[in-house]
Amino acid sequence: MTRVLLIEDDPAVRRGVSLGLRHRGHETLLVSTGEDGLAELVASAPDIVLLDLMLPGMSGLETCRRIRAFSQVPIVILSARDDDVDVVVGLEAGADDYVIKPASSEVIEARMRAVLRRTTQPASADQARTTHGDLFVDRVALRVLKHGEQLALAPTELKLLLFLTAAPEQTFSRQQLLEQVWEHTFYGDYRLVDACVMRLRAKIENDPRNPRYIQTVRGFGYRFGPL
Amino acid sequence: MIRPARARGLRAQLVLVFLLVSTISALTAAAVTYRQGHAAIVDRAQADVLQELRAHLASRTPDLPADPAETDLRRLARQLDLAAGTRGWHTALSYRGGPLIAAGKQAPPLPAHLRDQAASARTALAQRFHHARTPWLAVAVPVTAAARPHGPSPLVAYASVSLASQQRDVDSLAAAARAGALPVALASVVPALLAARRLLRPVRRLRTAAEQMAGGSLDTRVSITGDDELADLGRTFNTMAATLQADAAALRDMEARARRFAADVSHELRTPLAAMAAVTEVLDADAASGRLAPLTAEALQLVSDETRKLTRLVEDLIEVSRFDAGAAVLNLDDVDVSQLIAKTLALRHWHDRVRSDVPPALRARLDPRRVDVIIANLVGNALRHGGPAVPVLVQVQAGADQLAITVSDDGPGIPADLLPHVFDRFTKGDAARARTDGSGLGLAIASENARLHGGTLTAANAPGGGAVLTLTLPRNQPPNLWQT
Repeated sequence: MTRVLLIEDDPAVRRGVSLGLRHRGHETLLVSTGEDGLAELVASAPDIVLLDLMLPGMSGLETCRRIRAFSQVPIVILSARDDDVDVVVGLEAGADDYVIKPASSEVIEARMRAVLRRTTQPASADQARTTHGDLFVDRVALRVLKHGEQLALAPTELKLLLFLTAAPEQTFSRQQLLEQVWEHTFYGDYRLVDACVMRLRAKIENDPRNPRYIQTVRGFGYRFGPL
Repeated sequence: MIRPARARGLRAQLVLVFLLVSTISALTAAAVTYRQGHAAIVDRAQADVLQELRAHLASRTPDLPADPAETDLRRLARQLDLAAGTRGWHTALSYRGGPLIAAGKQAPPLPAHLRDQAASARTALAQRFHHARTPWLAVAVPVTAAARPHGPSPLVAYASVSLASQQRDVDSLAAAARAGALPVALASVVPALLAARRLLRPVRRLRTAAEQMAGGSLDTRVSITGDDELADLGRTFNTMAATLQADAAALRDMEARARRFAADVSHELRTPLAAMAAVTEVLDADAASGRLAPLTAEALQLVSDETRKLTRLVEDLIEVSRFDAGAAVLNLDDVDVSQLIAKTLALRHWHDRVRSDVPPALRARLDPRRVDVIIANLVGNALRHGGPAVPVLVQVQAGADQLAITVSDDGPGIPADLLPHVFDRFTKGDAARARTDGSGLGLAIASENARLHGGTLTAANAPGGGAVLTLTLPRNQPPNLWQT
């Protein structure tokens, strides 16, 4: 059972999604504005946040940014597909994935589960703890330290970094990363990958414009190193 | 006969007409000048000769004896020749039809015709003749005896004069006329060109404007000068252009409104559908639970199924309106085509129903999501319309710069009357067919996706029966920029 915080202004959608998720055995917390969402997040510590981007008052985007300022809770955006720009900005603001409305509760749940799994990676025994330059990756405790300081990584950022450091110097296409990290079986949105790499670089690189750890291989994808 | 197209042009025609007219005028003027000049000069010469001869004869014949002998006549002829002065004529006398008595100077023989006539003439005669390729004038003056003024003239005086100098005068006159005609004709080209230019400039302006309008710039207008027929044409053209522009703007406006409306409706449908789509599972579960009355269960199942279809339809509508608004973009990636097709089939659990024949390790630059949608649509259609358990084959042929993906089935094929409309929106494969498959937009979207790639999507029937849909894609898409 997962505790889902649903931030959605349309009452019908709120009730529908809530019904569907409860039918699947989850607990739902329903709010209709970003402000209420932030308050509820602090009060009830949900496992995951479902966030509508089109909110009255504080936008979904701003809500996403504010949540990320103090919490690494998984966030899945519920989006009307046309707000492409919003989706990208939402991803850059730190969302882990997005679902296009209308979606069945099955799809919503599958995405939630995929995001939640990112924070519960089974550690591979042979490479439990590795050091890469200034980075110390601990696969058991699921944390990353830089110069001994723990980095605040969102679930997807963490999973992406763990995946890339598990095979240093190997190049992965964005489609491969979508399948491995986001668990998208379909042809997904590469912007998910690009936005996440950007956020990750902002946290681990000394100079995000001139990346040392996560390097772009033009025309192919991304790889970790060589350092 | 092949003529260059320009020779039929207005400019060439105008120049030709001007040349023709001026040449005819110049030649006519030259001919008239020649004739008049020629006549005047020769007639003057003839009159002068006659007048002088008469004067000399009048002063000298009275000295002749009544019945002059040859010597008398010869002396008279000599006197006459001497009196000629600058005229330089040669005289000869004939008494009573006798032989010609000349002074002895070499003179051309007189024309026989003149002599025959002179024998019975009562007035002076003149005849022009050619001798040694120079024109000569011969005159005959009958001299009547004072005693018998009305009888036949016993004595005829002849004089022949060379007309060479007169001929030279006439020749130089003709040469001058001829020499004048050619430059005049050539000079007429200049006003012809000027006139053509003045006439053709508005015509050219009109043509350029018409070309621009044909090219789509309906705000084209021509500047109008003057008040002639061409200016009228220009004004009419401008009126036509303004009308066209207004009509096109109105049409575009209507079209944009219709598109916006379709997009807005689709979006408005999205929110209630988002709520409904989230609960279809609950309905399905309850309908299948057996706890409900059969009618209720059936109704629930119906609502649930139709909600899913409506969701799909709205998504397709939004996709179509995105194409219409030009908001669809390609996200190109370098992919392995055989992997892409295998994945498309596997995702939809078709890999056991569809055979594929794809060269291995064939890479292409394309938008995998969109190509996946195209192939899924083609294969889905083949599976649906081909009939139950019909074999479907996906084949890929790679050319140097093109990639052809064909999806063929062994079904009944596409009816001939439907073939041109296969990719139209909401074309239904069979009017009587129950509305069970797709949104009616699948192939239209597939076609738009192909066009977005710069490729094509065509439908045909195989000679052996069965439908064949062919997707061609360019292999070398320009790489799109992607972020670092």
